[in-house]
This record gives sequence, C-alpha cells and structure tokens, in this order.
Amino acid sequence: MTVYTFDGTMDGLLTAVFYAFAFKEQPEKLLNEEDALPLFCDRVYKVPTEEEKARRVWVGLEKRLTKEAMRLISVSWLSELRELSQPLFQYICKVFRQGDISRNYADPDVLAVTNIARRVLHEQLRMKQFIRFQKAKDGTYLTVIAPDHNVLPLIISHFKDRFRDQPWLIYDAKRHYGFYYGGESVVRVTFENEADVPFNLEDGKLNDDVLSADDHLLQDLWRTYFKAICIRERMNPRKQLNDMPRRYWKYMTEKQNG
Amino acid sequence: MLTEKTMEKLRILAESAKYDVSCSSSGTVRSGRQGMVGNTVGGVGICHSFADDGRCISLLKVMLTNFCMYDCAYCINRRSNDIKRATLSVTELEEITMEFYRRNYIEGLFLSSGVVRNPDYTMERLTAIVRDLRTLHRFNGYIHLKSIPGASRELLNEAGRYADRMSVNIEIPREESLKLLAPEKDHQSVFQPMRLIQQGVLENKEERKHFRYAPRFVPAGQSTQMIVGATKETDRDILTMSSMLYGQPSMRRVYYSGYVSVNTYDSRLPILKQPPLVRENRLYQADWLLRFYHFKVEEIVDEEHANLDLGLDPKLAWALRHPEAFPVDINTAEYEQLLRVPGLGTKSAWLIVNSRRFNRLTSYDLKKMGVVMKKAKYFITCNELTSQFSQPIVGINELRPERLRPLLVSKSEQRRAAEELQLKLDFKEGCD
Repeated sequence: MTVYTFDGTMDGLLTAVFYAFAFKEQPEKLLNEEDALPLFCDRVYKVPTEEEKARRVWVGLEKRLTKEAMRLISVSWLSELRELSQPLFQYICKVFRQGDISRNYADPDVLAVTNIARRVLHEQLRMKQFIRFQKAKDGTYLTVIAPDHNVLPLIISHFKDRFRDQPWLIYDAKRHYGFYYGGESVVRVTFENEADVPFNLEDGKLNDDVLSADDHLLQDLWRTYFKAICIRERMNPRKQLNDMPRRYWKYMTEKQNG
Repeated sequence: MLTEKTMEKLRILAESAKYDVSCSSSGTVRSGRQGMVGNTVGGVGICHSFADDGRCISLLKVMLTNFCMYDCAYCINRRSNDIKRATLSVTELEEITMEFYRRNYIEGLFLSSGVVRNPDYTMERLTAIVRDLRTLHRFNGYIHLKSIPGASRELLNEAGRYADRMSVNIEIPREESLKLLAPEKDHQSVFQPMRLIQQGVLENKEERKHFRYAPRFVPAGQSTQMIVGATKETDRDILTMSSMLYGQPSMRRVYYSGYVSVNTYDSRLPILKQPPLVRENRLYQADWLLRFYHFKVEEIVDEEHANLDLGLDPKLAWALRHPEAFPVDINTAEYEQLLRVPGLGTKSAWLIVNSRRFNRLTSYDLKKMGVVMKKAKYFITCNELTSQFSQPIVGINELRPERLRPLLVSKSEQRRAAEELQLKLDFKEGCD
C-alpha cells in the first residue's frame, strides 16, 4: 500500500495531487502527518508543501470544473474535518483523469465532498439565523459564535450588506478570530490577550459597563415576545430542537436568562 | 421610548397575532442600499428562531391593536371575548421593529390589526407605519402587511408601495360556513382586496417594462390562510380553493392553520381535544405536491377520497391508488415521473437525473444519495435484479396495494390517527 502524508493544509493536499501524477501512481491513502500509519505499507511519502505546485493544480482544476463545483470544493474545505482530505484528494485526482465528474453523485468521493460542503452551507445559514447582536455604549453591535465549521468567512458579506450603517463585530470564540465592520470595509481581527475582552466568551454577553443603556430592556422584550408567540396547545419541542439544535443556544438571547 | 409597559403590550399583541400562521420572509431579493438598513435574501428566507411549539419566528408578528369591531366566531380577538386589549403606539412599534432588526432577532415586520372604527381608518394607520419605516427609519428589510377587507383602493395602492407582501385571509373555504361563523363577512369582502392587490401587481409589472426604476408594488406577492377543522369542509374543498388561488399570478402561498379551540363557549364551533395537527401536516404535503411536484388537485383528492389519508402522505396515497404507474425505472424515467415516486423528493430526483448520465444507478447509490428506500423500493427498478440485496423484487404490482399499505403505515402513526379521531371524555372524580 502506498501512503502519502501531508501537513493538513489545502496547499499540501494539492501538492499531494501533483506528486501523485508526477510519480504516476495513485496512493491508497492520504493521511495527516501526525496520524498513525496503517500496519502494512510499502511506501510512505511525506509530501513537501509547495505553493507553486499547488497553484498549478488549482489552475488545472479551474479549467476542468465549473465555477459552482470549484466553490463547493472551497466550501467543503472550511468544514475543517479530517475525514474530508481522503475523498477530496481522490475526487481531484479523478477530475484530472476523467474530466468533470462533479455531478456524478453515484461516485462515493464526489458524494462525500458534496455532502460535507452541504453541511457547511447549512451551518452558515444557521449562523445567519441565530446570531444575536448586543449593542455596546459606543454603538458597536457585537456577537460571539462558536460554529462547528469555519463558516465565518461565508457569512460576512451577508451581514455587511444587511447592516451597512452600523458598526459590528462577529467573533468566533472557537477559532479565536473575528471580523469587524466599521462602516466601510470588513477587517479581520484577533485579540492578543483574549482574557481582557469586554465580553464573556462562554455566553457571549457584553460586560455591563460597556453595554448600552436600553439593551437589557430590549433583550427582555425579545424574550417576552419569544414566549408569547408560542401556542401552548401545539407544543413540539422535538421540532424546535431539530431546527434549532441545543449547541447554538448558549449565545442566543431568547434562550438565556435575563 | 420603550418601557416596561411596552413589554406588557407586546405580550398581549403577540398573543393575539400568533394564530395567523403565515411566517415566511421569502419571495423577494433586494440587496442593501446606501443609507438604509437591511436587505431581503429571497430563496427560502431566514427563520431567526423557533418557538417552543416548533414554529419558526422569522418576522416580528404583531398586531397594532387587538380591539376589533367584528365578532368572528373562530377568532380570539372577537369583540365579545373578554381578553386583555392593548394598542401599541406608532413610535413604539417602529422602535421595537428597528431595534429587533438591528440585533438580528428578526427578518422584518408582519403587521396586522383588529378593525377599529372602520376599515379605512385602520388601514390608514397601518399604512402610516410602513411609510414611516421605509422613509423615516430607512428600513430596507421585509414587511408583510395584512390588508384590511373593505379598505379603499387608494390606501391599498399606497401601502403596496412600501410592503413586500400583502395578505388577506380567506379563513373558511366555503361561503356558507363563513357566513355561519362570521355573519358580518362574506367571500366578496376577501376577494375584493385580493383582486385589487393583484391588479396593482400586474399594472406595476407593465409599468416596469417601460420605466426600469418604477417603484415596485408588493414584490413578494400575496399569501392567504385557511382554518382547518373549525367547519365541515373536506380536504377536497380546501385544496380546490388553494389550487384556484395558485392559478392567480400574484398568489405565492396558502397557509393552513389547524383550528385551536380558542372560543370553546361558542356552540357553532367543534370542541377539539387538540388542534388537528396531522391533518394540517397532510394538507401542507398536498400543497407541496401542487406547487413543486406537478400534481393536479384532482389527483390528490376526488369525490371518492374527499379527505386525505391521515396515515399516509398524499403522494404515497396516490401511488397506492395508481399501481399502473409503477414500477418506474430510475435510469430512464423523466424527471416528472421520478417526482411521483414515494420516497423521492425534488432534491434526490435532481441528483438522480444528474448522476445517471455517468453510469447506471443501483439501489445502493440511491440509498447513499438519501432516497427513502423504505418507501421507494416498492415502486422502482434500477440497475440490478434484486431491489434490496438478496431479496427478490417485490413491488407494488406483485404485492397489491391493499397488502402494501400496512407495510408503509408506521405503528405510531396508526395509533396517533386513531387517537385523534376519538374524543376522550375526562371524568373528574368529585367536585369542589
């Protein structure tokens, strides 16, 4: 069995595709460098990540695939799932051998990549749904998120378009970065010392000394509305959990206590 | 200024508005504009939260006031009901909407109102609010406005310039039942504003052909709602009405609202232990068949089957009545034929049509794609002799529909259907 190992980056994966074709072989497995190797393997090749080679593979892919398929590949990468690299690697290799197979969902690799991309797209929709801003004294609207996949880059254009006249900050507590919009452009921000930020990373709440004056009242209004709109004769907690999984609740105003 | 009092008012008015089931924020794509806040995303819209009853919260669904001069038997806000009444001031309502929107709680506003004084007076106040939101607060999000039956054409025309969607509720599909429950109303009073809105939409369409930047009129079209289970209408009556409404160019959605016994003292209304949720669900499934699956209403319900089968979804019920249409060959059948196979949806049909250009599909592939093989396996053939691993093919034509049916109805569903038909009397021991 031939095994390639790579450093876990997209460039590394594309370089692996390059070498698979340079050596005229199809490795059975593509593993992360720190993964345990299978018990029996004839040849292990540690792929050296080279940007130039990765770029060549990407350009080649762009020639063979539709824009939509390219987008799905990029989106699937944001999933940050380990189990993505193997099917994605095989999918890309197949594209160079067989042409555009991006719509052949009977192919297990295409299906796996597509399904992962779909999961990421589903979660970015959930972020658009469930993000709850709080207003700070200086007029900035702030929210903390902790999504399963790295969906933040996918949602900023939506929020930039929607809230173009208000400054906002969306911070990913899991990946320790965020995006700030100050009225003109969106900038990526990180905090040197995360302990000093004026909000709680656990529940996303702004500290009281920076929270704007009527924000508590508005949050209470929203919670009141949330309770009032429910029809008690139709209780259906299972459907609620299906559409709004519990893991998102900790940052949501209506599920927090006042 | 928002205060604690506002909270009480909001609670009362949300509770009065919640029986209107319309919720969607779809139908129009409008990107953000300079100097305004908000956009609309189109497609399926965005649900911002889900209440404990599982229904989505997309728009701020609220009434301006729940005082009403009418006395419709099915309505919680009828004038003879002894409930708390409240009225939000115009500024309060606008402020709540804007502040909620800026915090990403909502997708926009769904505003309706009880009728006070006369329809024109009420409609004028509603129009003033949407005008203020658009021009004063520079609000560019979604607005769904309830149109008040009997309001004048000029007011509707103005409101339609600011609203994304307008709606008038039919509530009861047959006029004689409506007259029984709401003597002050008739179908004419509902269809008249519907026609006016549609006229506006069509005129606007024509206008925009000549003037590209003419302001849009109700770009997301109309919707309406029918109450299910409060009167004797069959599903056939309801769905025939829906299908007729969908025939109109501006009608986008018909909602079905399972009747919640709110006014139990009124002897004209049935006493239900719980709202007819399964029936409501089946109606929505039938509605989907009408809109996305190329079904005609006569295929779903006919004289013989005037009500939908509560134990089976309407597509499965149709398939069992039409064994001659099966089996469908997955590898050659048209897209429309695939849509008619139980267990296949629009998504999986699309996947199949795309994938079979590369190679012939097997039941294993279908399973991987997300087809519900538990249902579909009786209705299809694919690229293999056995429909599931080593079993011989047993399709609907070998089994016959009457033997297949029990295999497809789950036990829990049978039990649920039986319970819903049965009224349980609660004999309390002793009195106090």
